[in-house]
Amino acid sequence: MIEIRNIYKTFGENEVLKDISATFLPGKNSLIIGSSGSGKTTLLKCIVGLHEPTQGDVFYDKENFTDMHFEGRVPIRKQIGMLFQNSALFDSMTVEKNIKFPLDLFTDMTKAEKLDRVNFCLEKVNLKGTNKLFPSELSGGMKKRVGIARAISMQPKYLFVDEPNSGLDPKTAILIDDLISEITDEYQTTTVIVTHDMNSVMGIGDHVLFLHNGEKWWEGTNHEIAHTDNKPLNDFVFASKFMRAARAKL
Amino acid sequence: MFYSFGRYILLLRLSFRKPEKFRVYWAEIMREMVSQGIGSLGIIAIISVFIGAVAAIQVAFQLVSPLIPKEIVGSISRDSTILEFSPTISALVLAGRIGSSIASQIGTMRVTEQIDALEIMGVNTPGYLISPKIIAGISMIPLLVIVSVVLGLSGGYLACLVSRDIAPTDFITGLQDTFNPVIVTVCAVKSVVFGFIITSVCAYFGFYTSGGALEVGQSATKGVVYSCIWILFGDLVISSLLL
Repeated sequence: MIEIRNIYKTFGENEVLKDISATFLPGKNSLIIGSSGSGKTTLLKCIVGLHEPTQGDVFYDKENFTDMHFEGRVPIRKQIGMLFQNSALFDSMTVEKNIKFPLDLFTDMTKAEKLDRVNFCLEKVNLKGTNKLFPSELSGGMKKRVGIARAISMQPKYLFVDEPNSGLDPKTAILIDDLISEITDEYQTTTVIVTHDMNSVMGIGDHVLFLHNGEKWWEGTNHEIAHTDNKPLNDFVFASKFMRAARAKL
Repeated sequence: MFYSFGRYILLLRLSFRKPEKFRVYWAEIMREMVSQGIGSLGIIAIISVFIGAVAAIQVAFQLVSPLIPKEIVGSISRDSTILEFSPTISALVLAGRIGSSIASQIGTMRVTEQIDALEIMGVNTPGYLISPKIIAGISMIPLLVIVSVVLGLSGGYLACLVSRDIAPTDFITGLQDTFNPVIVTVCAVKSVVFGFIITSVCAYFGFYTSGGALEVGQSATKGVVYSCIWILFGDLVISSLLL
């Protein structure tokens, strides 16, 4: 479980996050949604420790992550898997080495055990046999899937995903969503996803947090979104004619 | 300036923290040694031969007097090659070759979130990315300078063979004449210090890149310019302290 309490983040004069509190539960897909510039990615970076919150605390299973120094955070970080918006695969390494990298650094597994784990992760994301390819030889969707394979290689307790569907066609985007949801269910990970893709929200949003101008405006499930009277949320979710028509039919 | 210097010192401190797993770091060091050492051998060989040849020709041109023994060309070429041309000119060239590569490599990793990915995993990123490059730099650049000295003096010998202004035997005699071993010490100290400057300064600029492709280019340029300035400053300090 991850709990964030009263998170504020400012960059100079610009207050990006204002008093955000929430709890993310294991086995649930928690989605942080909002329009561009609403502070979604900044919040995610505050949760994983890439940004330090100006004020407020982040707790991983009751342990205050914000108060910890680099060494103290390492045991928690070993339990974190993250998929970045552009996958952030290491260009100089093959797919196999990318996935094996955290295993090399943080485990005492033998070569054969590591290779087994790599192959298992690749099979999980339907990329069996791509071990020797370099990231430059992969399509956008394949890169995302390798990113997921790397994120799950250490069997993480916490999974963070930044814009998993950006730049992907709708079919691949749904595949990625399903894959993340399957991993969350199977390993009971606490999964936090930043997105503004409404297909993801409606498809896998067990818990949805809506940010508007750096503030939390709404929290609920994907089923509740269609019936809310929260104006900024409605403006965001039902921005397109198609979504408004869909809502009218509900 | 003080802010940048403080940040540079802190980055170096982080770079030399205890590694998570020595074996992984060792593999990185070996990879960097090959990249920096073998990768730079060609350019160093070319510039060393030409600079050595030009140095011999120019010294010979300036010392045309029956009162000056011809062997002096060899002695002056040797001293200037060992003291200045090989360590300093090589370092300036290597700042362009190795330094820009380090700054742009680390800068690209920064803007494509690869460094964030390492940090999320709990990796000490300065240690993993920077220390192998510095260790490779301070071990391979002195070796490249040794190669440069040998090829520079060979270039001078070749120039004597071709130009006929100085007899090759006079050049060889000059090389062996009045040799002061301190110049080798100065050359070694310079090459180690320059190796450290090139790798650490360029890594610093790469590590603190923010933005996109344009900023990566700017970091590489800044890294090369600043390392060249520090190389020249270091050259002055070492020469005045050791000679």
